[in-house]
Amino acid sequence: MSSFLEISRLHKTFPTPKGPLTVVKDFDLKIRKGEFIALIGHSGCGKSTVLSMIAGLSDVTLGGIILAGKEVTNAGPDRGVVFQSPCLLPWFTAFENVMLGVNQVYYTASKEERRQIAEYYLSVVGLADAMHKRPGELSQGMRQRCGIARAFALSPKMLLLDEPFGMLDNLTKMELQDVLLDLWQRDQKTALIVTHDVDEALYLADRVVMMTDGPEATVGEIFEVPFARPRDRRALLEDPAFYEAREHLLHFLNHRSHERPARPEGEPPAPKVKPPATGLRRFMGALAAA
Amino acid sequence: MNATLRNLLVNTACLAVGVLLSLGFWSMLSATVAKELPTPAATWEVAKPYIVEPFAKRGEQDQGILRLVGYSLGLVAKGYLIALIVGTPIGFLLGLSKGFARVFDPIVQVLRPVSPLAWLPLGMVLFLSTGRQALENGALFTIAICAMWPTVLNTAVGVRAIPQDYLNVGRVLKLSRMKMLFKIMVPATLPYMFTGFRLSLGIAWLVIVAAEMLTGRTGVGSFLWNEYNNANYGNIIFSILTIGVIGFILDRLMSVAESRFKTA
Ligand SMILES: Nc1ncnc2c1ncn2[C@@H]1O[C@H](COP(=O)(O)OP(=O)(O)OP(=O)(O)O)[C@@H](O)[C@H]1O
Ligand SMILES: [Mg+2]
Repeated sequence: MSSFLEISRLHKTFPTPKGPLTVVKDFDLKIRKGEFIALIGHSGCGKSTVLSMIAGLSDVTLGGIILAGKEVTNAGPDRGVVFQSPCLLPWFTAFENVMLGVNQVYYTASKEERRQIAEYYLSVVGLADAMHKRPGELSQGMRQRCGIARAFALSPKMLLLDEPFGMLDNLTKMELQDVLLDLWQRDQKTALIVTHDVDEALYLADRVVMMTDGPEATVGEIFEVPFARPRDRRALLEDPAFYEAREHLLHFLNHRSHERPARPEGEPPAPKVKPPATGLRRFMGALAAA
Repeated sequence: MNATLRNLLVNTACLAVGVLLSLGFWSMLSATVAKELPTPAATWEVAKPYIVEPFAKRGEQDQGILRLVGYSLGLVAKGYLIALIVGTPIGFLLGLSKGFARVFDPIVQVLRPVSPLAWLPLGMVLFLSTGRQALENGALFTIAICAMWPTVLNTAVGVRAIPQDYLNVGRVLKLSRMKMLFKIMVPATLPYMFTGFRLSLGIAWLVIVAAEMLTGRTGVGSFLWNEYNNANYGNIIFSILTIGVIGFILDRLMSVAESRFKTA
């Protein structure tokens, strides 16, 4: 099966006061349609950097990202992003936050239809009763739910989640993991989740991508998660294979994450990709520079 | 409940102490070093007709104090509105575009410290062609240009401080420029803008006295100047107190508006 997202020889170099710092180097990954991928690695290795390049929020230094046959050059609603902190717009209610995206994506639909889409996703994540509150009046968990509803309501080709449950208590976290799995299965999405949590990665993902330590981080190893779906959390905790898998991931993080795998000799150099400067991008560029 | 009541009593008592001490110092001054300075009682006597009939109109300058304040507020309101309408977009451009900021920031910094007394003649020259309206237009120009700067600078700072996360939301959704501006940038900048608006209003009110003194337009400022020329010194003090109280009230009102947007 051909891949849905193809990342090839991805590089990211940041200019720093001490000269250019190559955070990510030769990062390769192919993701099939409908796959759920977890990306794990030590703090600061460059997981968010990779994710935001896929989201199109950060420029690719070198290499390429192809999503559904098209080069990723900019952000767009075909990739729903759930940010590490939910970053809802505080001047809008939960409903309005979701509507902002819905209005963009379903601009041909009637107002009533758009309202229904937003309400549907808000109730799926359990915010039916709180959707007309502002983020300031919502708990951390509720905000995170709203962030998930916002991403799903865009009906994106791909979901990108950056440690979406990192700041939540265990109960809420488990509940939202199930909400996420539920939505992912129902809508047949492709998903990439960045996480610190090995258990979370094994519960959610089809494959776990382990990143080596930065700088010049890359894919260290890819682990195929052997558990059938739908997964049962309880059964998983009683399965010795789960503990073996867990041990495997932890062993990588603790002992092998500093080893860079050797690249095969004689590969062509990474292609240079320069995203075109569109109007909005220039507008934003000026803003960032100011 | 009890605590708030006690707080109120304490605050009132403190205020009374402050007022009494000031009145005492004032009486002492007029009794000793400044013999020409009217005492508080004498001031009350001359100011009384303007206070007891606050909306009276006995002549062009001889009007109740609130009527005079009304004239001044009318002029300030117009000048202030111009300041906001011109200043906010300039602030946005300064905040958004590094190039624009490079070109215009030095100019802003040079024009900002110029006194209203310096702008007024220029304003009148600018509007000479408007004939009898030149005085009023010049005054408006002065109020607007002096009051504009806090709005310009605070808006620019606010725009630069918009969290990247909010902008990323807009980028992910591919919002149009207009939506980006009005759904994300303006709401995110509002708290800063309101700080600017409040400071600008303070300056607009500060400028009114100078503008009215020089142009002779009716209002508290020209009343103060006329009463000086008429040697009714008590009314100078009365005007100062009026200007201070009105300025204080305006600032309070703006703080209320400002705090509403802070929590948003
Ligand atoms: N704008 C930037 N300029 C310079 N260096 C940066 C920039 N953004 C990130 N980095 C560096 O890139 C590295 C990777 O950052 P990144 O945020 O991707 O890590 P991460 O794997 O997501 O970490 P965490 O798990 O803690 O979120 C870090 O060492 C960071 O210091
Ligand atoms: Mg991160």
